[in-house]
Amino acid sequence: MSETLLVDKIARRPAWWAGLGSYIRHRPFFILALLVTLAFLAIALLGTAVTPFDPTFQDMEAPMSPPSSTHWLGTDSYGQDLLSRAMAGARYAFLTGICSVLLGALGGLAVGLMAGLAGGRTEWFLMRIVDAILALPSLVMAIAFIAILGQGVDKVILAVGLALIGPFARTVRADVLQVRALPFVEAAGLMGIGKLAIVRRHILPNVFFPLVVQATIRISEAILVSSSLSFIGIGIVPPTPDWGLMIAEGRGFVSFAPWMSGVPGAALAILLIALAIVGDGIREQMDPKQRAGH
Amino acid sequence: MTALLFELLDVEKSYELRGGGAAFRPGPKRRLRALDGVRLTVARGDSVALVGESGSGKSTLLRVLMGLTSPTDGRALYGGQDVTQLKGERRAAFQREVAMVYQDARGSLNPRLPVLDLIAEPIRHHKLRAGPAVRDRVLELLDQVGLPAATLKRYPSQLSGGQVRRVAIARALASEPLTIVADEAVSGLDVSTQAQLLNLLVELQRRMGLTLIFITHDLGVASFLCDQIAVMYLGRIVETGPTRAILERPAHPYTQALLNAQPRFFAPIAQPLQGEIPSPIDLPPGCRFAGRCPRAVPACREDDPALMPSGQGRAVACIRPLTAAA
Ligand SMILES: Nc1ncnc2c1ncn2[C@@H]1O[C@H](COP(=O)(O)OP(=O)(O)OP(=O)(O)O)[C@@H](O)[C@H]1O
Ligand SMILES: [Mg+2]
Repeated sequence: MSETLLVDKIARRPAWWAGLGSYIRHRPFFILALLVTLAFLAIALLGTAVTPFDPTFQDMEAPMSPPSSTHWLGTDSYGQDLLSRAMAGARYAFLTGICSVLLGALGGLAVGLMAGLAGGRTEWFLMRIVDAILALPSLVMAIAFIAILGQGVDKVILAVGLALIGPFARTVRADVLQVRALPFVEAAGLMGIGKLAIVRRHILPNVFFPLVVQATIRISEAILVSSSLSFIGIGIVPPTPDWGLMIAEGRGFVSFAPWMSGVPGAALAILLIALAIVGDGIREQMDPKQRAGH
Repeated sequence: MTALLFELLDVEKSYELRGGGAAFRPGPKRRLRALDGVRLTVARGDSVALVGESGSGKSTLLRVLMGLTSPTDGRALYGGQDVTQLKGERRAAFQREVAMVYQDARGSLNPRLPVLDLIAEPIRHHKLRAGPAVRDRVLELLDQVGLPAATLKRYPSQLSGGQVRRVAIARALASEPLTIVADEAVSGLDVSTQAQLLNLLVELQRRMGLTLIFITHDLGVASFLCDQIAVMYLGRIVETGPTRAILERPAHPYTQALLNAQPRFFAPIAQPLQGEIPSPIDLPPGCRFAGRCPRAVPACREDDPALMPSGQGRAVACIRPLTAAA
C-alpha cells in the first residue's frame, strides 16, 4: 500500500516544480515583490541586530544631517539615524499589520459564520451592524476606537483589528451562504450528519481558505491604517520608530530636509506596493477559476 | 404482502416564476409545474427506472421523494409516514437505509476532502467499521467501482468526470444502504465501466434485495437494471409498468417516440421526436403530448387523460393507447 502512495507522490513532484518554474518566468513582478516583502520581513525579525545604529540613539553632533557616509540616509532633528529607524519601523509595521488582520479575520469569521448559519433575525441584526461599520472607511473606524481605547502599539492593533471585522464578516457570510447551498452540504444532512459536524467538516474548510487569501491581501490595508493613525498623532507614541510617526515628524522640515519624511515614506510605499502584488498573486493562485485560465 | 417503501400521493410541485419585466417592475407571476399529479409507489426490493426528456421533472421527483423539497400539494411518504416529518428512530433509519447519488456528482462531494475521507464519512458516521478497517473497506469499495487504490489521496478536482461519478457511487454504497436512489448515476461513463457498475448493482439487488430508483436516459440501462419503468413527460408520469412489457409493446405514443429516438445497432438514423417540447409554464389544455403526438385526435386537446390501469400491472395516461386494440 505504502508503495503505491510513494509512487503517487514521486509522480506528482515534477509537476509542482514545473509549475513553480513557469510561474517565475511568467510573473517576474510577483517574484520581485515577494523578495522585497521577505527582505522587509527579515529586517523586521532581526531588528536592532542589523541596524547600523540604535534607532533611538541621538547623535547630538549631527542633527538633521543629509545622507552621508556615517548616516547613509541622513538623520532627523534629534540626530537619530534614519536608516536604522526605518529598518526598526518595519517591525512595527508588520506587528500592527499582521496582528490586527488576525484579530479582524477571527472576529469576522465568528460574526460571518454566525450570521450565515443562523439566518433570520440574528443574521439581519448582525449584518445591519456590519453595514453600519462598513459605511465608514476603516481609518475613521480605527480613529473612533482609538478615541475610546487610547494610544499605544497594542491599542492601535486592537483598533485596526476591530475596524477590519466588518469587511471580513461580510465576505465570510457571503461564502457561508454560498457553500451552504452546495449539494455536498445537503448530502451530508441527508446522511444524518449533525449540524456541528457539517459546519466543522464541510462549511468551515470551504470558507477558511478564501479567508486566508483575503487576510494576506488586507495586511497592507492594516499597515496603512495604523501608519495613518500614527501620522495624525493618535497612534503609536514617540520615540518608537514608527513610519507614520517619522513622516509626521519630518513634515515641518520637508523644504530643507526632505529625507526626514522621504525615507520612512519610501519604506512604507515600497512595502505596500510589494504586499499588494504578492496578495494579488496569491489570490490568483488560490482562485481555481483564474488558475484554470493559465 | 410487500411493504410499501415510498409512496407519492398526487404530488404537485410548482415553482413561482417572476421575470420578463424590467428592473424593479417584475413581470407577471407565473407558475411552473415541475410535477403535476404524480402517483408512484415503490415496494421493498423493487427496482424502478425513471425515464423522460430533459426537464420532465425527474430530478424534482427524486427530491420530493427524499424529502429534500416539500411538494406544493400531495404527500410523499416513506414507510407510511411523511418523509419530511420523520422523527427520531424512523428518521435515523431513513438516513441509514437510503443513499442518494446526485446528478451533479462533483457538487455532491466536498472539494476540500480527499477521496478516502469522502468515502469513509458514511462508514464512520454509521459506525459500520472502526479503526484501520475503515480504510480497508474504502479500498474495497474503490475496487468495486473500478478505481485504483492511488485514488485514495486524490481530491475531487484532480479526478475526471467519470471518476468523480464512481467515487459518488462508492460513497453511496459505503453506507450499505437498503435503497439506492440515483440520478443519472452511470451516464457519461464509458461502456465497460458502465457495465461493471450495472453488474455490481444487479448483484447487490440479488444478494441483499437492494431497492433501486434509477433515473436514466438510456432505455437499455433501464431494461437491464429495473423491473419497473415510469415514463415521465412534462411533470407527469404518462406510462408505468413492467419494463420488459412496456419497452416491447409501448402503450403511450410518447413511450413509442422515446423508443424510436433511441439509437440502435444497424439503425444509425434515430428518429427524433417531432415538434417542440411545450413550455411547462403555459400548458395547453388537454393532453400535454397532443401537440407532438402522431395519433392525436381533437378530443386529445380537450381532456387531460389521467393515469389509468390497463391490466398486467401497467398504467397509461392516454385516450388512444397504442395497445388498445390488442
Ligand atoms: N428550483 C427551481 N426553480 C424553478 N424551476 C425549477 C427548479 N428546479 C427545477 N425547475 C424546473 O422544473 C422542471 C423539471 O426540472 P428537473 O430538474 O426535475 O428535470 P429533469 O427531468 O431532472 O431534467 P434533466 O434530465 O435535464 O436532469 C424544469 O422545467 C426546471 O426548469
Ligand atoms: Mg435531472
